[in-house]
Amino acid sequence: MHLGRVIGRLWASVKNPGLESQRLLLVQPVMADLSASGQVLVCADTTGAGAGELIYWVRGREASFPFLPAEVPSDATIVGIVDELHLGEASSDPDSPLPPDHVRRGQRKG
Amino acid sequence: MTLGRVVGVIVATRKDPRLEGSTLLIVKPVAPDGKEEPGYQVAVDTVGAGNGELVITVTGSSARMAAGCKEKPVDCVVVGIVDGMSVDAPR
Repeated sequence: MHLGRVIGRLWASVKNPGLESQRLLLVQPVMADLSASGQVLVCADTTGAGAGELIYWVRGREASFPFLPAEVPSDATIVGIVDELHLGEASSDPDSPLPPDHVRRGQRKG
Repeated sequence: MTLGRVVGVIVATRKDPRLEGSTLLIVKPVAPDGKEEPGYQVAVDTVGAGNGELVITVTGSSARMAAGCKEKPVDCVVVGIVDGMSVDAPR
């Protein structure tokens, strides 16, 4: 699974029948330090994630498993919203290579 | 899934029998701002996409789960035509 940031959403009225009624979100994959990494993806969503939220997503054939027994042709699906991310241990060490705000909370809205 | 723009169509008379009747499109991957990304994809069309349209493609074995592609030798399928997008958060 991979970390990502939801950066927007996408509408498509003409879709393969397998994708009917699926929410499609634009996701920027990010590294553990939350820097952007790679191309923006279109992900199906099982969590109700919103714009700006840190999520994790699964790629490949497994991305269709959350929808079973429905056959949804998805190769990238959001399967969780990150509440907290703890990276490393030395939070108070000024010489730590980690960014000072290495513990971040998700930005749930509403 | 990835965003792409249809830039061409492929005509092939000799192909796997299970691909007969399928339209093969050339899709150029693009970013949400419309900027082209490197590379091309050859994708089977399931939605009737036309030249210049912004589409969603699904790749890998998930592509075979698309309606109309069961048990076909495909690994890239156009599964949607994009009507609109909203980019709310900075990248």
